Amino acid sequence: EKRGDFFVLTLTGDEHRLSPAAIADVLSSLREAKSQATRGSVLITTSQGRFFSNGLDLGWARSAGSRSEAAERLNHMVDSFRPIVAELISLPMPTVAVVQGHAAAAGFVLALCHDYVFMRSDRGVLYMSEVDLGIPLPDYFTVLFRAKIGSVSARRDALLRGTKIRGADAARLGIVDGVKGSEEELKDAGIRLAEQLAARKWDGEIYKVIRQSLYPELCGVLGLGVSKPVLSKL
Amino acid sequence: MCTLEKRGNLFILTLTGDSDDDHRLNPALLATILSSLREAKSQATRGAVLITTSQGKFFSNGFDLGWPESAKRLHQMVQSFQPIVAELISLPMPTIAVVQGHAAAAGFALALCHDYVLMRSDKGVLYMSEVDLGLPLPEYFGVLFRAKVGSVSARRDVLLGGMKIRGAEAVRLGIVDGVHEGEEEVKEAGMRLGEELGNRKWDGGVYGEMRKGLYPELCGVLGLEVGKPVLPTL
Repeated sequence: EKRGDFFVLTLTGDEHRLSPAAIADVLSSLREAKSQATRGSVLITTSQGRFFSNGLDLGWARSAGSRSEAAERLNHMVDSFRPIVAELISLPMPTVAVVQGHAAAAGFVLALCHDYVFMRSDRGVLYMSEVDLGIPLPDYFTVLFRAKIGSVSARRDALLRGTKIRGADAARLGIVDGVKGSEEELKDAGIRLAEQLAARKWDGEIYKVIRQSLYPELCGVLGLGVSKPVLSKL
Repeated sequence: MCTLEKRGNLFILTLTGDSDDDHRLNPALLATILSSLREAKSQATRGAVLITTSQGKFFSNGFDLGWPESAKRLHQMVQSFQPIVAELISLPMPTIAVVQGHAAAAGFALALCHDYVLMRSDKGVLYMSEVDLGLPLPEYFGVLFRAKVGSVSARRDVLLGGMKIRGAEAVRLGIVDGVHEGEEEVKEAGMRLGEELGNRKWDGGVYGEMRKGLYPELCGVLGLEVGKPVLPTL
């Protein structure tokens, strides 16, 4: 939905799992926001309740007939989710993830795709469940983690140890930008930040190009070409 | 020399010798370490963990420079150490280095190849002696340090400053994960960590691929293929 300058993307559904339908919805919403972008636009992505998102819909994958069909379904979702990461990395406006609950696997990845991430100090964990589930990581997941998390040991703890990272630790490790003690305060903090960013009235195309230049390896693996020079308004 | 023993899920690789032995990585020891790692790999099951440690005052003082002085001999040891790094970076199980004494040059590099590094708070230093000895760094050493040591100033202090780093400092710089007072204590801590990681019963194939994904540049220089498809257990 649009609230003034802000595009607010709210995930719905059971545990806010990224099923093929949810993935398609999120993707079309992002493209909608992109098409309506103006100077001062900001995207806020959030959810409701206990989960921000618990990742791809493994239940749907498992309900396939065989182990190889389950793997195919998982690959299908991994491939469909990729354009969401690409859209977020190239969105012509600042992006803020307000992580009001648990964010696991692709849900954690979704949060990390944003320029700014807030979470709760009292509830919810960030958790890359793949190592515990015995599921290999898609290449672009690992590249995203290396692009967005600076600490070598934090990456190791998140990916190789499957640590369930609570708010305070996430802030300390530089994974999130702030934590708040209640859903109210958290959403307020997200909106306040969005207002500050919107007030800068940035040119979205320039913003996008500068963001992409921060993550060249990620852009490479997502097939986002080197942006053509944009004529800046000097 | 070195021994490989199995205690439950844990593979314990010990560089053996009396308390003054500085466990120089000469060609014979390098060959034994490599075959021990391959042995552990061949026997790997879910929940397997490798712990590498040593005995006495030194973890390892690096390559055996006492060999008749010849650039060719040093070059041979540099060449023989590379497959050890490659094995450790691709080992299908978590790895812990229990650095109970001094670790210098290739000995420090050996420790850094592990997922987790513990050292003593009361004794022992980490030291890259090459700058003081006037020896060039093999290319893969530089890549290893950049992959594993996040702090730009820590890398400079270690490689360019030839700093001798004691336990507490090593933790502060993010080079090691923990320190313990005494040889017994640090070895017990290593075993406890090993058991904790082993109890997660991770799929070693998935784990090894994930680890390689965290260090793509290092894999590149070691000739290790990254992103081999692994069938997930859904």
